[in-house]
Amino acid sequence: MKTLALFVVVITGAMLIYAGHDLPAFGDINSPSYQAPMTQYFINNSLEESGVTNIVTALLASYRGYDTLGETAVIFTAGMAVMLLLRRRER
Amino acid sequence: MSRIQESVIIRTIVRIMVPFIELFALYVIMHGASGPGGGFQGGVIFGAAIILYTMIYGIAEGKKKMSDSLDRILASTGLTIYAATGLICIVCGGMFLQYRAVPLLPDPAEVSKYLIDLVEIGIGITVLAVMISLFFDVSPPESEPEEAEE
Repeated sequence: MKTLALFVVVITGAMLIYAGHDLPAFGDINSPSYQAPMTQYFINNSLEESGVTNIVTALLASYRGYDTLGETAVIFTAGMAVMLLLRRRER
Repeated sequence: MSRIQESVIIRTIVRIMVPFIELFALYVIMHGASGPGGGFQGGVIFGAAIILYTMIYGIAEGKKKMSDSLDRILASTGLTIYAATGLICIVCGGMFLQYRAVPLLPDPAEVSKYLIDLVEIGIGITVLAVMISLFFDVSPPESEPEEAEE
């Protein structure tokens, strides 16, 4: 069983490393994600529209703030669920 | 009570380090708007500081710092801060979470910056409370002797 698990891990890792060679280089100006129109829009306008210099934060909290509210709610719900299921009544 | 918890060196180092880790967590939260960082990361670092303290000083001491009821209050407070920020934007005539609509300062981008900071603080509070409550919930029950304290 352990050999099988090791086999699966090695094969998956080899596939990921093989696929990693096809990723665009770090900071490549010709990569598709950089050339996408939305990327250009965020780089040009996020400072004036959201007032923060960190584009990642501008995206996280301003452009898709509704999504981040959902993420926070998910974390809150998970914590409450664990609290309800595992809290010991020992008082 | 394992041997590592009785070590004077580890207890002293943890007592010195915990305030600095908490300060760093606050820095990461407040720095989220202008550099790497944000509410999720800072909240996790703050939770890790309390968890480190609890691992060395025991569950009872840790619960003195962060009780169960405080945990619950903080977890819901953070989410409420976030949602309330969004609702304030609606009250001021914008869309949900449209920070620019709030007429606090003459420059709408400036208002947006501070409200994003507020939102990050809300995220941080929720994440730290949930982290600590998860740790307390999965920790073993309080059967260990506590005479080694103090």
